[in-house]
Amino acid sequence: MSTGEKFVQMFIAIGLFFGVVAVILLLTQRLRSRRGELIQSAAFVLPAVLLICVGLLYPAISTVYQSFRNAAGNEFIGLDNYQKIFTDSALIRVLLNTAVWVVVVPLASTAIGLIYAVLIDRARFEKFAKALIFLPMAISLVGASIIWKFVYDYRQTSDDQIGVANAFLKALGFDTYRFLLTEPWNTIFLIVIMIWVQAGFAMTILSASIKAIPDDIVEAARLDGAGGMQLFRQITIPSIRPSLIVVLTTISITTLKAFDIVRTTTGGNFDTSVLAYEFYVQSFRSFDQGLGAALAVLIFVLVMPIVIYNVRQMRKLEAR
Amino acid sequence: MTTADPADLSVESVVAKESVASSAHKALTSPWASIAAVLIALLWTIPTIGLLITSFRPESDITSSGWWTIFTNPGFTLDNYDQVLNGPTALSTYFVNSIVITIPAVLIPLSIATMAAYAFAWMKFPGRDFLFVAVFALQIVPIQVTMIPLLSLYVDLGLTGSEAPGGGYYTIWLSHSIFALPLAIYLLHNFMSQIPGELIESARVDGAGHVQIFSRIMLPLMAPAIAAFGIFQFLWVWNDLLVALVFGGGSPDVSPLTARLAELSGTRGQDWFLLSAGAFVSLIVPLIVFLSLQRYFVRGLLAGSVKG
Repeated sequence: MSTGEKFVQMFIAIGLFFGVVAVILLLTQRLRSRRGELIQSAAFVLPAVLLICVGLLYPAISTVYQSFRNAAGNEFIGLDNYQKIFTDSALIRVLLNTAVWVVVVPLASTAIGLIYAVLIDRARFEKFAKALIFLPMAISLVGASIIWKFVYDYRQTSDDQIGVANAFLKALGFDTYRFLLTEPWNTIFLIVIMIWVQAGFAMTILSASIKAIPDDIVEAARLDGAGGMQLFRQITIPSIRPSLIVVLTTISITTLKAFDIVRTTTGGNFDTSVLAYEFYVQSFRSFDQGLGAALAVLIFVLVMPIVIYNVRQMRKLEAR
Repeated sequence: MTTADPADLSVESVVAKESVASSAHKALTSPWASIAAVLIALLWTIPTIGLLITSFRPESDITSSGWWTIFTNPGFTLDNYDQVLNGPTALSTYFVNSIVITIPAVLIPLSIATMAAYAFAWMKFPGRDFLFVAVFALQIVPIQVTMIPLLSLYVDLGLTGSEAPGGGYYTIWLSHSIFALPLAIYLLHNFMSQIPGELIESARVDGAGHVQIFSRIMLPLMAPAIAAFGIFQFLWVWNDLLVALVFGGGSPDVSPLTARLAELSGTRGQDWFLLSAGAFVSLIVPLIVFLSLQRYFVRGLLAGSVKG
């Protein structure tokens, strides 16, 4: 398709959509009776409900069903797919990597975000300093991965370096290091990319909640003789606890579902694969529908309790 | 508070006389705190700056020396951008694809969600509360769970492939719209239900129907909230890789920049003159959005951070 054709298609789609919406609204506008109200409500709600049923509810049920079937999806095999996930050595490696991601990324991003938020609170360049850390949130994980792949670029120690990380090692007198290839630490270096992206999110939320701590509480604690570190541990941390939990849970959900970094940097090789990437490989490369579905369901099962907990925390936060 | 010994107390009580702001400032000006803050800020900016500088250096310079030598070994070129946009990597095509994907994938779910949110907040119909809770609960479904059945549904409907209506774009538009709905409805409903009921009531007494109230009263009042979610959805779609790969199938007709970049990173992983310029072609739009609409952006991102 040429560029022109694409834009024509885009305008057709938008025009079609808004045309239909406008017609529905105009048709139902004049209805005033009791039944008319019902039809009006249906016109407002049904498009969303239908899309959600067809696009979320039905596929989710179908995937759970597929996860008990074989690779081609034509034979019932019970729990074999799940058994494979927890017994196959390559897949166990994937599970372990995922566990490391989900533990390290939220903790490290939140810690860095919190420290930075405290350090720059009420500083002269606060806005600018925040923007610097927050910027990675705006870009794609693919873009972030390319940025960091360049940081990690490997050359032999004797050669001129073009990657910052290895140039730094060389300047300190160490040998250069294959950050993305050397197991098992390469997973940690991929995790660094995710921390780099997520710390800004943690910093923004935590900074807002630090600013919400009433001045008189801080004042009173100081009068009671609390020093800097004591203030932080006994006033700041308890006051922002609900936000801390929201940040931790939100980042762990995001981490559990992200596959872009692994795919862009190592392609899942060198023992770096994670659950979300393995789902993609099994479903759309190896075409093992059953195993792919089982992996998706596993993500679902892992995410569910965190989301529920997270939502409850957020409602508490809103109620305050 | 823990008890401090008397000597400590006397020192602390002097400090306590200062305002909180100034003592915070004092803690900040302690050299270690400043060093730590600067260190973090540097760690967070150097990687991006390094790639940005690299994207403007001649290919031979990039492979022979680090970007930090730019100060002693200056060299500036736009060739990389020219190559990456118009050469065989053809990023300009994918840039167009990204735009064509993103605009409907923001407008369509936002409109549907705003209407549904209005109905859930201000219209009366049987099963309303149950439906709303159901929509809200479906947020927990990760998009991975829906992909295989959704894809086969699209195939059955004949929406896939370049011969399909819209050249195959409908699969991507629809998918992004569907995935955006539960969260969008929930958040917009939260905003809408905060609008005072008397406003709606008095409009009804004056003879306005739901359609008029929705379009004349709600939409203008909701504009900031809609904008915030719109920006979030825009960045979500623009930066997405998974939906694009699964439903775009890698076709140059419908794949966005992210899919092409991920592919380049695999096939031409050492061609930094291409990758650096390519990365910034894809980053420029979100960066402009970020820098110009930072306030809305932060609000939208915070509100939308729980998206499934």
